[in-house]
Amino acid sequence: MSDDKVGSVLVVGGGISGMQSSLDLADSGFKVYLIDKLPSIGGVMSQLDKTFPTNDCAMCIMAPKLVGTGRHHNIDVISNTEIESIEGNAGNFNVKLVRRPRRINEEKCTGCGVCGGKCPVEAIDEYNWGLTRRGATFIRYPQSVPLKFMIDKEKCIGCGICQEECKAEAVEYDQEEQKFDLNVGSIILSPGYSMFDPSLKTEYGYGLYKNVVSSMEFERFLSATGPFAGTVMRPSDGDIPEKVAFLQCVGSRDSQAVSEYCSSVCCMFAMKEAIIAQEHSEGLKSHIFFMDLRAFGKEFDDYYTRAQDEHKIKFTRCRVAEVREVPETNNLIIKYVEDGEVKEEEFNMVVLSTGFRPPEKVKEFSKTLGIDLNKYDFCSTGVFSPLETSREGVYVSGVFNGPKDIPDTVAQASGAAAKASSIISTERGKMITPKEYPPERDVLGEEARIGVFICHCGINIGGVVNVPDVVEYAKSLPNVEHSEHNLYTCSEDTQKGIKEKIVEHNLNRVIVASCTPRTHEPLFRSTTKEGGLNPYLFEMANIRDQCSWVHMHDAENATKKAKDLVRMAVAKSRLLEPLYKLELKVFQKGLVIGGGLSGMTSALEMARQGFEVHLVERKKELGGNLRNIHHVLSEKGEDPQKMLNEIIEKVKNNDKIKLHLETTVKSIEGFMGNFTTKLSDDTEIEHGVVIVATGGQEYKPSEYLYGQDDRVLTQMDLEGKLAKDEIKPNSVIMIQCVGSRIEERPYCSRICCADAIKNALKIKEKNPDAQIIVLYKDIRSYGFREDYYREAADKGVRFIRYDDQNKPEVAKEGEDLVVTIRDPILGEQIAVKPEYVVLSAATLPQPDNEELAKMLKIPLSKDKFFLEAHMKLRPVDFATEGVFLCGLAHSPKFIDESISQACGAVSRACTILSDEIMELEPTISEVIDANCDGCAYCIDPCPFNALTLIEYMRNKNVKKTVERNEAACKGCGVCMATCPKKGIVVKGFKMEQLGAMVDAALEVA
Amino acid sequence: MTEGEATGETAQEEEFEPLILAFCCNWCSYTGADLAGTSRLQYPHNIRIIRVMCSGMVHPNLVIDALSKGADGVIMCGCHPGDCHYLEGNLKAEKRAEAIDLLLEDLGIEPERYRLEWVSASEGQKFAQVMKEMTDTIKSLGPSPYRMY
Repeated sequence: MSDDKVGSVLVVGGGISGMQSSLDLADSGFKVYLIDKLPSIGGVMSQLDKTFPTNDCAMCIMAPKLVGTGRHHNIDVISNTEIESIEGNAGNFNVKLVRRPRRINEEKCTGCGVCGGKCPVEAIDEYNWGLTRRGATFIRYPQSVPLKFMIDKEKCIGCGICQEECKAEAVEYDQEEQKFDLNVGSIILSPGYSMFDPSLKTEYGYGLYKNVVSSMEFERFLSATGPFAGTVMRPSDGDIPEKVAFLQCVGSRDSQAVSEYCSSVCCMFAMKEAIIAQEHSEGLKSHIFFMDLRAFGKEFDDYYTRAQDEHKIKFTRCRVAEVREVPETNNLIIKYVEDGEVKEEEFNMVVLSTGFRPPEKVKEFSKTLGIDLNKYDFCSTGVFSPLETSREGVYVSGVFNGPKDIPDTVAQASGAAAKASSIISTERGKMITPKEYPPERDVLGEEARIGVFICHCGINIGGVVNVPDVVEYAKSLPNVEHSEHNLYTCSEDTQKGIKEKIVEHNLNRVIVASCTPRTHEPLFRSTTKEGGLNPYLFEMANIRDQCSWVHMHDAENATKKAKDLVRMAVAKSRLLEPLYKLELKVFQKGLVIGGGLSGMTSALEMARQGFEVHLVERKKELGGNLRNIHHVLSEKGEDPQKMLNEIIEKVKNNDKIKLHLETTVKSIEGFMGNFTTKLSDDTEIEHGVVIVATGGQEYKPSEYLYGQDDRVLTQMDLEGKLAKDEIKPNSVIMIQCVGSRIEERPYCSRICCADAIKNALKIKEKNPDAQIIVLYKDIRSYGFREDYYREAADKGVRFIRYDDQNKPEVAKEGEDLVVTIRDPILGEQIAVKPEYVVLSAATLPQPDNEELAKMLKIPLSKDKFFLEAHMKLRPVDFATEGVFLCGLAHSPKFIDESISQACGAVSRACTILSDEIMELEPTISEVIDANCDGCAYCIDPCPFNALTLIEYMRNKNVKKTVERNEAACKGCGVCMATCPKKGIVVKGFKMEQLGAMVDAALEVA
Repeated sequence: MTEGEATGETAQEEEFEPLILAFCCNWCSYTGADLAGTSRLQYPHNIRIIRVMCSGMVHPNLVIDALSKGADGVIMCGCHPGDCHYLEGNLKAEKRAEAIDLLLEDLGIEPERYRLEWVSASEGQKFAQVMKEMTDTIKSLGPSPYRMY
């Protein structure tokens, strides 16, 4: 069977999920075909302005992944493409695909955009949710990957203007639909989702009243690239709104709207939009109408608190009955019920928090792929198999695998990549092709001989800047041996020309004056390398984005500035040096700390990938918290203890897993690819990566008579007793948020609401007449767990809300337990005498996290869980490379989420383990020992702990100096700017190089 | 100090065209400048951008050198706090701005000639706006006392 496996993966859908899967796979030695039905990748995240809970700019954090995906030589991005059929089995699929014509030749199009600007057609711009117009010749958004225009045939009137305007001759009206086959080993589905159509909720007037908008539309209002360039305006009249209402659960948690599930993200999304709207327009007042505020993610409750306290956003718990318009002002009146009273309030604008729906045409999609859907038409998965579809070899990630936010999506995308590659791990490296280059010419000691290539970019530059004049000017500069202008410097033929000119003029430096190095530097560096030069002997001047496009009506000054920029580039170029990627040998083994579900999953997954792994567990037995879980909320009715035993057996029987029980980590030295760890039994292990899976623990309450009366239990105690049939309660009161969402522990423990519902249902199963009351602050049964909340309520479980001012009290009267609660409807204190009181106790971080954090030089969050590299896009990475994170050590989470994260951590780890040799960017810092006097000013500021003070003997004296760890240094240059002696520099951005640019700028052309 | 407000005075020399250097970090501000370009936002031609990987890598001496050799203004643009690609290089730049201010005082250079701004990758508009403001500020200050040309 292994003979016919294929070392490539098809990823369906190029949103943040598909991009993450693709990057992980391609960096681990697999060929990736990434298809998207749209003309560019980026998905919905490209349309977001900001992301919660950090309010990071979405495009800023996503762009590196976008560009990285587009450029990766092991990823083929195939746009406008959908699957027609799939044949074959896991390890070897034959996929038939169909590609819609772009009508623009991708090879020729340079993305200059002249065609789009000249197109006379006005079509609806889907990227801005129809709020703006675009041409029939268009690009989805300015940072699109691939940066290729497309002709929308539906809208095109065939006027021929774009064809006339396109200097690259890329327009091909007669392109036809294209059918082709791909042979792949596995498939990852990340097709994303569609949004609920809010016009179906007629009571809210969407589509009828102009100032009622969807949350996605409002997001575009907030965006600097949106229809109003970031100004929050009312669609009806362009007025700046003073009062905005956000209505939650529009098309979610709603039996009338078919979406009975919770969309998981809208609470946070609405808070974010309310906060950002205030930033954009001072004095704006927001009011969020919600049912339960579901801020269940890591540090989300802090965000909720800030929204209330700092931003004074008003929150009202209700379901809004209707919205109606005041015709004279286009204001909107919201009618709602609060504390049993009907109220009305007027707003300038209403934002509907619309929920997630399955992707469009999901039924056909699932049929084509041969996969099962759940009852809501999302992909069907299991608690213990959260990444697997019903078809072997086909995996799923992102919102199609259930509503979720970006970090959960990214972790899942990495997890799916691990699953998709482990079944073809024997084929690693077989389908990828390293690029071949000619031998590099040694230019050391030569005087600079610079070639300057100046681009017209069609008319983008040449239409404003006098390019021939700049060429003549360049020729006059010292050390410039050759200069020329090109219609498109990035076109295939010019690339060839540059290589020829390097040889012809014996050039040893290359400069291209065109567009931005962010998109084009890698291409030209590659060209320079193909011309036989070190790629770091290349420099760029951005005379399009910084001259012709921003001084369009001032040709003279644009030209003058272009000359200045070229002169500055020439000045730096003279001082460029050949740089070489550093190579490090990698210990292709892993260390997993923690033998719970997450740790065991990581170890097994890493072993499946073909790597040896050491699993360290401090206890005598594997299993961690999973040992205490006896049932799960799932249609499939998985038995957790049976699953646990199976997993433990697999771990014990896997000869690639070295198990260290009753062992702890004593010390860890080294860096990515090269760690040496000492265990408590003095075993020494060499390994390339670390996965932290140390878990968490249930809080042992000190409140509510816990520990003083045997009838007061935690949910975990109750679950154990129910599983062993020790008790069959007749009446139970459950208290939520015990130890969570309080002042000293402000975070939400995420799992307790569903846990309480699960145990309540279990009691009802054993004794349908049992009286159960759940006392809660918000019921956070997000996603499909909402079904069980409803089921519990239907079965008679009573949910009664309490708030911090009216916490329940538990006392003992004689032999009875008495719980006093305030009935929010009657407004009175009532006393209940239940048989048991069950506390939903917080999930705590491990008390010794700090110790491990110090050892690995990784940070903790303020709640003392481990803190990942980036909350949004690097959920399982640490800033310290080579160290990864999963499970409860990250934050409280469910079984399926822990498994996804554990697989995700392995996928990230494999990007390091997959090659014996690791290449590192050369543009990092370098210590100039002669200048360094060992003052150590640079050491503390280094954000990556890459510097150490060392001493050595020189001329019989002790010489102090700084040592830079090349694997840890990222080249940020904080050290360089701190050093008073020029003792440490960043290669490629040395003080002399930057100084030369400054001096050149100050010369007058 | 990032405000660098122009005073009410009008520039004495009408023809004065200042030369302003802008250090822009690769990840946010340079990208923001690119977006200003893609969005065709027009701003004064007096700005010369020098791309750096992080605002935290620019040595105060580089700024002082530029101003003491005759640049009429220097603006440092980095990621917003929390967005730094290198965790907190931008905050280092913020701290150094204080030191730069002191050095400028010694040299008799007006503090408005140096400005620190956060510009994100999506703030093309802000980039253009800040560059316009900076140019206006410097125009109202007049040429650098160290200007040699």
